[in-house]
Amino acid sequence: MARALVNVPANAKRGDIIEIKTLIQHEMESGFRVDNMGKVFPRDIITDFVCKYNGEEIFRAELFPAIAANPFFTFFTRATESGTIIFEWSGDNGFSATESRDITVE
Amino acid sequence: MIPPMVPQPTRRRFLAGAATAAATGIASPQFLLLTTRPAAATPDSMRQAIKNVVGEARLQKGRVKLDIPALVESGNVVSLAVSVESPMTASDHVKAIHVFNERNPQPNVVGMRLGPRAGRATVSTRIRLADSQTVTAIAELSDGSFWSDSMQVIVTLPACLETL
Repeated sequence: MARALVNVPANAKRGDIIEIKTLIQHEMESGFRVDNMGKVFPRDIITDFVCKYNGEEIFRAELFPAIAANPFFTFFTRATESGTIIFEWSGDNGFSATESRDITVE
Repeated sequence: MIPPMVPQPTRRRFLAGAATAAATGIASPQFLLLTTRPAAATPDSMRQAIKNVVGEARLQKGRVKLDIPALVESGNVVSLAVSVESPMTASDHVKAIHVFNERNPQPNVVGMRLGPRAGRATVSTRIRLADSQTVTAIAELSDGSFWSDSMQVIVTLPACLETL
């Protein structure tokens, strides 16, 4: 299981715009590198990242080999209600990782 | 100045040597490496990739701000931020942000979808750059218009093509 770091404020006022930061451990082997025998390292990347706030999709990214190793994303959302924010990554060779954070909205 | 007595390795000599190697069928490992490199995305393929996203709509300059360093030391990790001027309401918001490049092996870098509840149309990530080139960010708005911003980036140590 890949290590994922997610930063979500634990508390927020209703209507606040909050910043979410995510980082996940992954090589992101581009499929364009060759070893010294000329053999290509097969592609192994994360292709999709989805963030859901109480089941509603708030951010989605389609990743290409040009994303640096250990994909990092920051984005914003409006804190509407208390609940759970779920982060899902999926990619080549059946890669899948999930992380979640609870948020309290007053 | 005294001319050097021994032949110096110049670009011309290297190319001549490479041509001879190719002609005689003797390929050095180094030369093989050069020939097995994937074709880089060209400005043409970037245009095509942009067309796939934008379609027939007009691509306008402005509203988007692409924040990327003009000079980067390592192309392996280049921080990139895109922000779009938008009120982010249900009737007027940013639907998607796409990033393209000219000279990586592939023209696409990332495609991100957001919606009105994002509150602020600002995203950031870290990308790879295989060469000094132009990076373009395109925002798709809810009214169907497309806006873009481009930045020229100089890369001292390129990503993607190093060997292990």
